Amino acid sequence: MTTDLTRRSAAEMASLLSTREVSAVELTQAHLDRTDAVDALVHSYLHVDHEGALAQARAVDQRRAAGDDLHPLAGVPIAVKDILTTKGLPTTCGSRILEGWVPPYDATVVTRLREAGMPILGKTNLDEFAMGSSTEHSAYGPSRNPWDLERIPGGSGGGSSSVIASFQAPLAIGTDTGGSIRQPAAVTGTVGTKPTYGSVSRYGLVALASSLDQAGPCARTVLDTALLHAVIAGHDQLDSTSIDAPVPAVVEAALRADVSGMTVGVIRQLTGEGYQAGVQTRFDEAVALLVERGAKVVEVDCPNFDYALAAYYLILPSEASSNLAKFDAMRYGLRVPPAEVDDPSAEQVMAASRDAGFGDEVKRRIILGTYALSSGYYDAYYGQAQKVRRLIADDFSRAFASADVLLSPTAPTTAFRLGEKLDDPMAMYRGDVATIPANLAGVPGMSLPSGLSDEDGLPTGIQILAPATQDDRLYAVGAALEAALLERWGAPLLTRAPDLSQGAVT
Amino acid sequence: MTTHATREPETLMGYDEALTHFDPVMGLEVHVELGTATKMFCGCSTTFGAAPNTQTCPVCLGLPGALPVVNEIGVESAIRIGLALNCEIATWCRFARKNYFYPDMPKNFQTSQYDEPIAYEGYLDVDLDDGTTFRVPIERAHMEEDTGKSLHVGGATGRIQGADHSLVDYNRAGIPLIEIVTKPITGAGERAPEVARAYATALRDLLKALDVSDVKMEQGSMRADVNLSLRPRAADAQDQDAVPLGTRTETKNVNSFRSVERAVRHEVMRHGAILHGGGSILQETRHWHEDTGLTTSGREKSDAEDYRYFPEPDLVPVAPTRELVEALRATLPEPPAERRKRLLADWGYSDLEMRDVQNAGVVELIEATVSAGGSPAGARKWWMGEPSRRANGQAQDVASYAAEVGLTPALVAELEGLVTGGRLNDQLARQVMDGVLDGEGTPTAVADARGLELVKDDGALEAAVDAVIAANEGVADKVRDGKLQAAGALIGLVMKQMKGQADAARAREMILAKLGQG
Repeated sequence: MTTDLTRRSAAEMASLLSTREVSAVELTQAHLDRTDAVDALVHSYLHVDHEGALAQARAVDQRRAAGDDLHPLAGVPIAVKDILTTKGLPTTCGSRILEGWVPPYDATVVTRLREAGMPILGKTNLDEFAMGSSTEHSAYGPSRNPWDLERIPGGSGGGSSSVIASFQAPLAIGTDTGGSIRQPAAVTGTVGTKPTYGSVSRYGLVALASSLDQAGPCARTVLDTALLHAVIAGHDQLDSTSIDAPVPAVVEAALRADVSGMTVGVIRQLTGEGYQAGVQTRFDEAVALLVERGAKVVEVDCPNFDYALAAYYLILPSEASSNLAKFDAMRYGLRVPPAEVDDPSAEQVMAASRDAGFGDEVKRRIILGTYALSSGYYDAYYGQAQKVRRLIADDFSRAFASADVLLSPTAPTTAFRLGEKLDDPMAMYRGDVATIPANLAGVPGMSLPSGLSDEDGLPTGIQILAPATQDDRLYAVGAALEAALLERWGAPLLTRAPDLSQGAVT
Repeated sequence: MTTHATREPETLMGYDEALTHFDPVMGLEVHVELGTATKMFCGCSTTFGAAPNTQTCPVCLGLPGALPVVNEIGVESAIRIGLALNCEIATWCRFARKNYFYPDMPKNFQTSQYDEPIAYEGYLDVDLDDGTTFRVPIERAHMEEDTGKSLHVGGATGRIQGADHSLVDYNRAGIPLIEIVTKPITGAGERAPEVARAYATALRDLLKALDVSDVKMEQGSMRADVNLSLRPRAADAQDQDAVPLGTRTETKNVNSFRSVERAVRHEVMRHGAILHGGGSILQETRHWHEDTGLTTSGREKSDAEDYRYFPEPDLVPVAPTRELVEALRATLPEPPAERRKRLLADWGYSDLEMRDVQNAGVVELIEATVSAGGSPAGARKWWMGEPSRRANGQAQDVASYAAEVGLTPALVAELEGLVTGGRLNDQLARQVMDGVLDGEGTPTAVADARGLELVKDDGALEAAVDAVIAANEGVADKVRDGKLQAAGALIGLVMKQMKGQADAARAREMILAKLGQG
């Protein structure tokens, strides 16, 4: 029974709760049981909050019994990426430097989850400060891909992708700075959306790159993703970059699931060469399915996307080098006295703590960013990168003049093996080539499963991109494609993943 | 002779001698804490003197995940300051991050403005002691946040060197600051120290009139950094502007107007001695020592110091509409220098009297007293008297002292009215003022309660006069012989007999008449 329960969609769980066929406590307990059974294999969580989640579930059940007006998702449990602050729950950002830190405040996204009555199961693993594409840069060890435990679950949000792909949670919050929601979704056969920049509050999201970061929903279906999107999106006075406008009707769009009359644009620069054959094949089939459902397809040209990766790896480290300066051992987190120094100065403690607390990838990016912002180099690096950013936004504008949404494979390959790219940062970075342009331009993007690659039987993802503030288009197109694919597959893709509770598949 | 960078010369050069060789060039950077109720980027209170770390939140503590939101009142104050300094106001500008590590700076970057200040290209006309006006060119005024405050414990000096440990109070972190930077001030010549003081004073008066800050140098809500360099004096004064600027030093945190003047003077003498001795100036920050009147070396300010400025991505640009700017312009008070000229004419004070009341900080009180019906001379006399003495004794400014004891301009006008109306003389009025300051009530109430009133009954006065003359025939004879100044002694005795409650002028009149001198 409990296994069946965790395999339901969030929408179905919400329905079971509202008809009182299942209680929030039962539902939450089922997911905690699943975690107890499989997370030793998957390692999605850095912290599981059994008591807290059950207490929240009990409160929802009591309110329902009292006849209170509840949010539709009240009682549906959720996992939160460990880069959003949670009052009273540890928040490590996957880093040693924040080991043991318990924030005194909730991120706005977390506040909205609590207000909706969604029990928070725990905090999910990530590459340290969201820097990476595999979770291998987590200071607490990598998460694993439920489809193949020797492979990466994507990154940085591999904890959030694997937690829903392994049925430990129906929903999760991710964050996406260059693809950290979409690429993990693609390689685990799940759905994830990076909303329009500014449409989900960043307050309490520990900043990697402030102008690129965006929190978003992760789920197993397009409708579930929309339901969670609607909970967390909306204006927040605590975030100056927050958009003060109504949230697009994402749930309605997902329910409509209609692409007839829409024009979809295939981005020339993000297909073909460099993309794994199976990824490309499933992508082409998906585009054909959309045409069958009434969409018109065009090819669009975005020539400046070729420079996106280079611009991204100047802007991100620059902002990160400044954002991560606050981790100095003075007020919270790890404090390491310098070795062999009597009576060390504050600066010596800062240096020693940062040396011990940050991993190699974080240090690499801090050094890159510090260099790029240095006097005499600023114009050549940060300044030029901002110009490229403008050109990429212009490419999007032109493309959206001829297409309602744009399409590409989400990632060039299926999940690679743990360790495979760890010593080749450039190879790791290149995996984000298709997702990065959306962050640079601030436009919304979704990844949903397009099938399994013929070569390796692993999930492939398709990315849908829409103009800024038109996030609802992602859901209209995504839900239509999902319906067409489901018809072809006969059952959700994840039913073909190994059932981990029967023992590890190695 | 080889040139070598020098910090401390053997002896200072005489000021006048330094000026015969060199032309001083100054630059002043003044930080002003705005008097907004909340901090620049969060809702924390800005009240001075609260217990350490009680006015903090995730934002001003720089906790992971926290984000800033701009204080609109802070921006409006910055625009008003810019307008009052005759600056252009940016139509679009951004905040920037100034990156450097310091324990009292929670984020290890300061949210400031860099190449896009809110206000730029202005000037401030300042009055010098001789009544002439000097125009100080303003480069920019920009918005930023204050840092926390370090307290170094266990050392002898309170400085970080030798301290046992340090404590940080983040109450100050995030308090809005406006930094006002002058362009190089040239042409002041030997009056450079006076110009520096006059500028700081005029800026204080302006900011006070704008009501944007309490501008208290002693509490640190206004802090001045003084840059100074010397360049060789040109043979022909007309060519002076063509002489390149010398290497400057920056003297930090000069905390009184007098110290601004002294610091400039000291640095002129120190630079002069070094340069004249064939040395060169090391570009560095200097610490000002109020007690000795000297500066000592701070940290070297090399070009290697790189703040890696970039636009603050967590804030949106500030783009004040022209309507807002014009609306704020309409709220500007009368410029202090113009106001001073107007009051001088209206009140008929001498320059010296005017400067005294300005220095005493009672101009507004006098103005209000005159509005309440007092005379300018009377208002000056009463405010500069006992209230100023008592305020000084308690190291308070007169206005706050008066507010504390309930002495309003209207009450001062009332007191003066009792004198001009003939009920009190000055001596009795001083007793009444004491009573008011001691909290005994209004002047009329105090006079009533203490039974203070001039005796208007000529009969009683005449009896006293007769008695005094009879008892002091020797003195009376002197007056009869034409030594009129001797009458003073008799008047004093009459007043004593009348217990002060007599009109001394009437007593004199009566004495002189009776002794044949009327």
